Parts: sequence; C-alpha cells; structure tokens
Amino acid sequence: MSEPDRAGWPLWEVFVRSSHGLAHKHVGSLHAVDAEMAMQNARDVYARRNEGASLWVVRASDIVASQPEDRDGLFSAGEDKPYRHPTHYTVPEGVKNL
Amino acid sequence: MYTQMVDVSEPGLEDVSEQQKIFDDKIDRNITIEADDWMPQAYRDTLVRQISQHAHSEIVGMLPEGNWITRAPSLERKCILMAKVQDEAGHGLYLYSAAETLGVSRDEMVDALLTGRSKYSSIFNYPTLTWADVGAIGWLVDGAAIINQVPLTRCSFGPYARAMVRICKEESFHQRQGFEVLTTLCTGTPEQKAMAQDALDRWWWPAVMMFGPPDGESLHNATSMRWKIKLFTNDELRQKFVDQTVPQADFLGLTIPDPELKWNAERNHYDFGTPNWSEFYAVVRGNGPCNRERLRARINAHEDGAWVREAALAHAAKHAKPAEHSATAEHSAA
Repeated sequence: MSEPDRAGWPLWEVFVRSSHGLAHKHVGSLHAVDAEMAMQNARDVYARRNEGASLWVVRASDIVASQPEDRDGLFSAGEDKPYRHPTHYTVPEGVKNL
Repeated sequence: MYTQMVDVSEPGLEDVSEQQKIFDDKIDRNITIEADDWMPQAYRDTLVRQISQHAHSEIVGMLPEGNWITRAPSLERKCILMAKVQDEAGHGLYLYSAAETLGVSRDEMVDALLTGRSKYSSIFNYPTLTWADVGAIGWLVDGAAIINQVPLTRCSFGPYARAMVRICKEESFHQRQGFEVLTTLCTGTPEQKAMAQDALDRWWWPAVMMFGPPDGESLHNATSMRWKIKLFTNDELRQKFVDQTVPQADFLGLTIPDPELKWNAERNHYDFGTPNWSEFYAVVRGNGPCNRERLRARINAHEDGAWVREAALAHAAKHAKPAEHSATAEHSAA
C-alpha cells in the first residue's frame, strides 16, 4: 500500500501498575513514533477501564532479554540447593510458629 | 468464528529433530510456547494466519456497529456503542501485537487484509439495517465470539492466550449491552418487538455459521487441535452456542427462525437445522452483501490516514535530533 508506514514506527512494550499496590506488569505492546505518542496510545489501548495507577512504556529495542537456551544458566541454581527453601527442613512435631 | 477456515500449514514429513521432540513434549504437557521458543514453521505460519485473521475481524467488526453511532436512540446508548467499538479496535491491536511476536510485521498483515489475501469473519459482511441489529450483534455475535474465545485463553501460544484473557474480560459487557437493547425493544411497542424479531431472523443463521464449516468438512481440525490452538471442534462450539442462546431467546419472547430446533432430552442438547452452507462459502469467497463495502472502507481509512502517519514520523524525527545530540554531548563530557 502506501509508504512510508509503520515500518518506521518503533515497537513499545507497555507495563501497568494496578491500583492494588502490585508491581508494574507487562500488558502488551504497541507502535508509536515517540515516547509521548506511546504513552497516549497506551492509555487508549491498555487503560480503558481504570486498570491501574501508573503506566510505563519502554522501547522494545531497549529491553535486554534472556534467550530460551540461557534458561539453565540463569534459573537452575536453585535445583541443587534445596536448603534455600523452607520445605528442606524438618519441623519437630509439636513445635509451632516455625 | 472470528477465525473461520484458517488455512492450516500441515507439518512436513515426520520431523524427529530434538527441537521438535521438545516442542511436542511441551504441547503434550500444556507448557505454553513463547515467541522466542523453537517452533515448527507450520505452527508459526498457521498461528500468524489465525491471529491476524482474528485481528482483522475485530477491526472490520467496527464497521457494522459504527454505522449506528450517530443514530443510537439516546446519549447513553451512543456512549455505550462508542465504548464497544473502541474496545473492538483495542482487541484488534492486542491481536496484531501478539501476531507480531511471531516475526510478521503490522504492515504485512494490514496489506494482506487490504489486498484480500487475508480473510476476516464472514459475519461482518452482513448489513446493520435497524437499531435492533446493534442489539442482535452484541447478543449473538459477541455471544458466539465469547464461546470461541474463552477456550483460547488456554491455547498453546502464550502471547495469543494472554491477549484472549484481556479480550474475554472486556467482551462480556458487549454481550450484555446487546441483550439489554433487545430486552428494551421486546418490552416496548409491538413495532419495536417486531424490529427485534426481524433482527433475530436475519442474524441467527449467520451467527450459527460463524463457527465455520461442519467438522466433516473442516480439513485442518486435527492438526490445530494437536497443536492446541483450537481446543474444541466447530460443531462442539456451535452446539454450545445454540444450547446457551435458545433459553435467552425464550426469555425475550422471540422465535428462533429454525423449524427443526427442538430439545433432545436423550442427548441433553438442542437439535437444530442445517445452515445454508453455500451462502457461507459465497460470503467467505467475497460475495456476501457487504464484502466490497467493508474492504473499501478499510482501504479508504488506510489511504486517508497516510498523511497522518507521515506527519507523525516527520515530527518524531525533528524532535529526536536535539535529544540525541545532547545525549552524545553528555557522554563525551563524562
């Protein structure tokens, strides 16, 4: 169709902090030419129903993401360290509040 | 449905690579596939078609209802209808974003819609002739969409499933407002009730056909179900729609235009007649009452908006330069 087009519109990731005191959560993405438009579009696309108290928009190209093949290196440390979990320990019978 | 007759890419010869085994195992164990995970090309291609077709349906779906915004019978109805149409735009955008994670660009998808290479749901090629049609669309079309979309919140592809969660949350207002429009008409004057019946007469069969061809004719059910991007067959979903809608029609005091419709106590389901499938295929192939008008409206919107897209880019370029410059200066000072 016509040129130029959204090809030149960067992708932004949108995060919303709900009003219940939780952390910002990824809700989706959108295209916008700059930060101001990204914020405006995020409001229209992801906040039509009083969803939260705060919006973050981040250029997708600025996010450094781990790759699926990195998973073991990043997350497997816990597997051979069960003592990091409370379930590793035996609570003697009758002992409370532990 | 919003994704009828998706052209499913059948997987090639038995692929027994290690990656394929990991993928199959994840599917079997209901582990979500994410955008950067390895996936068979046929799965990726099929999802791009399915999700983009779904997105196109949301976008084209704004047209029949948008037709009534200026003529809604009260300020409140106008506000409700605008909010609903705005939601449909939002749903289209969530879905385009989900499809983009698979490596297809927004422009490619829009181009596929505007050049007719990509389909959208057959239902949006029917006209909205009266105000009661707005009620019928909310009640029947959104009702059918909910039946299709709720299971998709558990589909195997994460970005699609998550978009569906958002959409389903928003969709139930759509169905309720439609039913309320019809309830109001059905408790009004005889003319108003007749208008509601006329809308049901025209929308019933197109809504029943939204679920796509019967299972026997739906070639790719098995592959899509194996991949868990379709969780129930067309006929299963259609039966659910009929079972849930008939009592609602009874409540409204309206008659569903199907002489074969009858409760079957043995099956614990309603039996119902056969839709006019040749009409369905004609609409899918581009020969429904409004196919040309819908596509023309989308093409006009795209072309008329070209200058806005260009201006936004030019504006961003102009304002980006000083900022970049000062960032560089700061860096060298440090």
